Amino acid sequence: MNTGARRVREWLIERAIQAAGAMAIVFVLAIFAFLLRDALPVFRETTVRDLATGRTWLPTAEPPKLGLLPLLLGSLYVTIGALLISVPLGVACAAFISEVAPRWMRETLKPAVEVLATIPSVVFGFLGLLLVGPWLAELLDLDVPLFAGLGSLMLAFMAMPMIVSLSEDAIRAVPMTLRQNSLALGATQWQTIWRVVLPAGRSGIIAAVLLGMGRAIGETMTVLMVTGNAAVIPLGLPGFLRPVRTMTATIAAEMGETAYNTPHYHALFAIGLLLFIITFAANTIADVVVRRSGRTTR
Amino acid sequence: MGMSGMDSDLIVRPEGEVKIETSGLGLFYGEFQALRDVSVTIAARRITALIGPSGCSKTSFLRCLNRMNDLISGARVVGEVLLDGRDIYHEATDVAVLRKRVGMVFQTPNPFPMSIYDNVAYGPRLHGRCSRSQLDEIVEKSLRAAALWEEVKDTLRKSALDLSGGQQQRLSIARVLAVEPEVLLRDEPCSALDPTATFRIEELMIELMTRYTIVIVTHNMYQASRVSHYAGFFLLGELVEYGPTEQIFENPKDQRTDDYVRGRFG
Amino acid sequence: MKGTQSMHRPQRLGPRATQAAAFAALWAAAALVLLPVAAILGVMFVRGGRAISWELLSSAEDGLLPSIVGTVTLVALTAVIAAPLGIAAAVYLREYAPRGPLVRLIRLAIVNLAGVPSVVYGLFGLALFVTLLGFGRCLLAGACTLALLALPLVITASEEALRQVPERLRAASFALGATRWQTVRRIVLPNALPGIITGLILSMGRAAGETAPILFTAAFIALTKPFPSSVLDPIEALPFKLYYMATEAHGITEDAKWATASVLVGLVLTINLVAVITRARLRGARRW
Repeated sequence: MNTGARRVREWLIERAIQAAGAMAIVFVLAIFAFLLRDALPVFRETTVRDLATGRTWLPTAEPPKLGLLPLLLGSLYVTIGALLISVPLGVACAAFISEVAPRWMRETLKPAVEVLATIPSVVFGFLGLLLVGPWLAELLDLDVPLFAGLGSLMLAFMAMPMIVSLSEDAIRAVPMTLRQNSLALGATQWQTIWRVVLPAGRSGIIAAVLLGMGRAIGETMTVLMVTGNAAVIPLGLPGFLRPVRTMTATIAAEMGETAYNTPHYHALFAIGLLLFIITFAANTIADVVVRRSGRTTR
Repeated sequence: MGMSGMDSDLIVRPEGEVKIETSGLGLFYGEFQALRDVSVTIAARRITALIGPSGCSKTSFLRCLNRMNDLISGARVVGEVLLDGRDIYHEATDVAVLRKRVGMVFQTPNPFPMSIYDNVAYGPRLHGRCSRSQLDEIVEKSLRAAALWEEVKDTLRKSALDLSGGQQQRLSIARVLAVEPEVLLRDEPCSALDPTATFRIEELMIELMTRYTIVIVTHNMYQASRVSHYAGFFLLGELVEYGPTEQIFENPKDQRTDDYVRGRFG
Repeated sequence: MKGTQSMHRPQRLGPRATQAAAFAALWAAAALVLLPVAAILGVMFVRGGRAISWELLSSAEDGLLPSIVGTVTLVALTAVIAAPLGIAAAVYLREYAPRGPLVRLIRLAIVNLAGVPSVVYGLFGLALFVTLLGFGRCLLAGACTLALLALPLVITASEEALRQVPERLRAASFALGATRWQTVRRIVLPNALPGIITGLILSMGRAAGETAPILFTAAFIALTKPFPSSVLDPIEALPFKLYYMATEAHGITEDAKWATASVLVGLVLTINLVAVITRARLRGARRW
């Protein structure tokens, strides 16, 4: 048999597989490098300080005003609002599925949540724009049916499947014996959930929240369609009821009409870079938290 | 299978105050019958040891006494378990209160992932509001009673997961004592703890006996004969023989008990 | 019962009442997570269903056909690009990789790829495929961008499928003198195939609904040439069409918008359903 040729072929295949394995790292670095490459020239026009603290975003003015503060705060508002809704609801739903729901319900709820996760974000944007926004505007007596809180609400429901399913995994991973010990001490089922199960699953839940946050801050189409896109700095609680513009929406709305290699183009890449760094941090911290929890529960 | 416990002279009723009494107790896991017709009386403030080969349902019996079997789906109990003369399987029973009164220490120690202090304070916090100083007092008292205080008094805020196996075992006991149970059910680990740890826990049992009714499931014949006042021999889901410990170990009436305590099987 | 002290003390009502209230809240939370979305999707399907007509679906001028064809082509090409890369990466991680810092790093990279915002993928696609490699805004640039986005999903699903293959099958193969690659190719991959294919289809369901990555890499509206004839042609795509109809277009009836949204969700759900059926079919054929 031609074993020599076979050996060479296998060697080649295995090197190819190895290369594919390392591909993920290459891609992460490549994304970072390309964002950096097209973002850095923006500093010919402005400084980090002006970008971070500038209160006006008028990229097509002459000279362009490239203040990211309104966009940063816009993203922050929408994301925090989304987390305020989705974290308590999502964790409660996860606890319900894992600890309380009767069996048949558990088996219906999990796939239902998964189906929810498949709905495209543009559809959530569409439904917010045509259905939920007008309805809420009437209910709250608002002039404009596009506002930060609407973005938060739609995002909350989009981030929910991820938060529910990851938290549920974390809660389910809590050893049965801990529950039994708590019950044996005379705790009710709820006391056991509240005082033992949730604290024991804490790191997994925190990771779920971080990943949900990363998802919310990076979400594009929904916020683009429902938050009104006014690049103004949101203030206080009423800020939730006024239009805002997020970082993602700015890129999506403006990149299509921007000329290559203009300050505007570079500024949009700078926003992209900032988004990449924020989500990278959220994901890495979540990953570390999960790994650490894996060690302590054992 | 004939031999029902009630009319047999193999099941002796202890003298003195009675804490728990079962009659015709049976346990099913689905179709499988894990316990049949167990009728036994457990004396107050005494140590009762349950012995028998692995898989003979001693642990299942123990779990009937604080209704931990409720947590297993498909488990069904027949017969009666009386605690101070009242049926714990009565529908009006608050299972949480029952489990507070009938504490249980499991085979494997399972510290909650919190500090040593919070582990012990867990029960008292559940069962009512305590002031900070009361809690401190309960924690210290329980840890002392479990012979763990001296070792951990300076590290109460450290995670309980950092304790050694023997210490975790005693922490589990302290955690149970902190809810001030009347009965202590102990499921001995099959594998031997390290001998020093075992010895300390044995000493602890004897000390605790003056205040608690203790039921232990054990695989260690030597320990059973040394610390207990009454002993029961389980085989294949049945209570074969029950009586004063000396009688069970030195002069058993049933051949199977005799074979077992002399180490011929199991 | 007469003496009802201790075991049935009245103050036990505290924890019990708390539990009842807490459980009620948990039920409510579960209902709140699902019912509102189910309700608005229901409204969408009812309104969209009424408006869908054969005319709307099949017309190349003002109907959805170019968008549907564009999305299906885009997703197919995405799968062609993502599948070999993703499956090979999973094989490396599961069958070859030694435990160590490199694998740890790869996993971290995968987690981070999965978390990169979709619009950032769009920027990357614009910078690399459209501009630097000179593809222009076209089918190929869009598919490459989407493939990158789908890659972590494909890797994760494939790895899970490989994990399901019993270790004893590998051991038996090695015991017969097979090399690692022979074992992978003849034993592991065939047995993991149902899971891999299911994961791939599910990832494509996700890709089909993505809008932001194709905004500046592939998608156009009202093309003079509605169907692409090469991978370097621009395309129309259903999610982009819906975005455009909902926000920018004038003179489009409400009905047409609802119908488009329903078609998009219908398409995505169909892809997911296909995945589930495939899994059931292929699993049924497997015996171990």
